[in-house]
Amino acid sequence: MKILTCPINGTRPISEFIYGGEYRAMPDPQVVSDEAWADYVFNRNGAPGIKLEWWCHASSTTWFIVERDTARDRVVRSFLFDEIRYQGGAK
Amino acid sequence: MPWRLLRFALSKKHPEPRMFAQPDKLKTSYDAVIIGGGGHGLAAAYYLARDHGMTNIAVLEKGYIGGGNTGRNTTIIRSNYLTPEGVKFYDASLDLWKDLSQDFDLNLFYSTRGHYTLAHTDAAMRTMRWRAEVNKHYGIDSEVVGPEEIRRASPQIDLSCGGHSPILGALYHAPGAVARHDAVAWGYGRGASMRGVEIHQQTQVMGIDVQGGKVCGVHTDKGYISTPKVLCAVAGSTPRITDMVGLRTPIYIHPLQAMVSEPMKPWLDPILVSGSLHIYVSQSARGELVMGASLDPYELHSTRSTLDFVEGLSAHMLDMFPFLSHVKVVRQWAGMADMTPDFAPIMGKTPVEGFYLDAGWGTWGFKATPISGKTMAYTLANDRNHELIEGFSLSRFARYALTGEKGAASVGH
Ligand SMILES: Cc1cc2nc3c(=O)[nH]c(=O)nc-3n(C[C@H](O)[C@H](O)[C@H](O)COP(=O)(O)OP(=O)(O)OC[C@H]3O[C@@H](n4cnc5c(N)ncnc54)[C@H](O)[C@@H]3O)c2cc1C
Repeated sequence: MKILTCPINGTRPISEFIYGGEYRAMPDPQVVSDEAWADYVFNRNGAPGIKLEWWCHASSTTWFIVERDTARDRVVRSFLFDEIRYQGGAK
Repeated sequence: MPWRLLRFALSKKHPEPRMFAQPDKLKTSYDAVIIGGGGHGLAAAYYLARDHGMTNIAVLEKGYIGGGNTGRNTTIIRSNYLTPEGVKFYDASLDLWKDLSQDFDLNLFYSTRGHYTLAHTDAAMRTMRWRAEVNKHYGIDSEVVGPEEIRRASPQIDLSCGGHSPILGALYHAPGAVARHDAVAWGYGRGASMRGVEIHQQTQVMGIDVQGGKVCGVHTDKGYISTPKVLCAVAGSTPRITDMVGLRTPIYIHPLQAMVSEPMKPWLDPILVSGSLHIYVSQSARGELVMGASLDPYELHSTRSTLDFVEGLSAHMLDMFPFLSHVKVVRQWAGMADMTPDFAPIMGKTPVEGFYLDAGWGTWGFKATPISGKTMAYTLANDRNHELIEGFSLSRFARYALTGEKGAASVGH
């Protein structure tokens, strides 16, 4: 992957971006058990697959979501988080 | 061409014995199955056979032995870690390394060089002092040295690093060493095979049969095997295997790259590491500089290499050694590092009965090959975690009891 498309700033070289890890829905810290919270904090979906990820366009500090195949390093699409928020959170 | 080689080419018989036997077919059952024919899996097989009398074992390797991270690493061996758990564990490994060549009757080119972790900031100096004190407490040869000692050990170094990140001192670890990585896999493989362990290359595990919370067998692309015990030692493929038994782990996979220069006359005796410049470098017996940097910045399950890596690492190498500007880089490659949040491994028993994990070796597991083999063999044979690996259990995360090794393991090797 040499370029990535920021939904605001367009297609830019990958060196302008920071990886923020897989997007995962956060359980409510007020009600969740210690065990489930540890699972959220530490455990990851480590196997390869098509995942939703946080990326940041560093020079404009735009955070957005990228759907990417982590086995073949192919981007499916990138979009703003709003798309997930208005769906009531992705799984 | 040596005469002996020519004779082999002409004759139909090969008088030279193979390093290890090549069994033709999988049996229908084994006392234990080891997934992954890297250094860790083969070492576990070796100690199971040698120390615990378990020889009805199959090592399953989807490619060829040592073709994973074992054959891709920069081979730095040291024990000057930060946590008591880490220091004790890696030091026990160093003890095993010292007479491994004798043990195998195979030259591992184990070469003690001295290891300098350079500090370019006050904060780094503080961590070095902390590590030196923990190390000394456990009897490890480790001390903080100043720029003059570094210059004496490596006269070519530019101590100012181009003027922008001057070296203030270093943590010096005299026993720091390098070794020939493939030979380690072959040595353990041959030793295990001689004692009756079967090594099946080109055999991939596709699924694991778990019934009532217990391992019963393994599905491979060459058929089904029943077994009560499975050791998972697959480094960068760990999450794919743990998914097969429904275990969640914190392991995430990023590539780690390395490269070598053209061969030169020997000029670099010690191993040098700089966390700030993201470099570790040593000169191999062949004269090549073996160089590595930090982890690739995002998750990827592939061993592709990048130009960004060579450019970045070369630029930092030139900060330290400007005279290398005309030296060529001849090869680069990558491995898939199985990272953990606390930079300590994940070892031992798991909630699935009969499923043992030897993983989370990230960028630092080559040096641990002998001791993980030995402790995992103990754990498997006795169904009880060896005391040296108690701090590394998978359950530590659910207990929020991490083993914080980042200060010593992140770029440090
Ligand atoms: C570039 C680089 C530099 C490094 N530098 C250092 C260093 O200087 N010092 C240090 O201590 N460590 C270093 N490391 C880390 C070290 O290399 C590893 O931690 C260590 O080699 C892991 O050994 P292993 O036997 O567990 O895994 P591997 O050698 O990766 O073996 C795992 C094997 O499992 C096989 N496998 C995977 N899935 C399956 C399946 N489904 N069925 C059958 N087989 C399977 C793979 O083919 C592979 O051969 C470095 C790593 C890299 C990538």
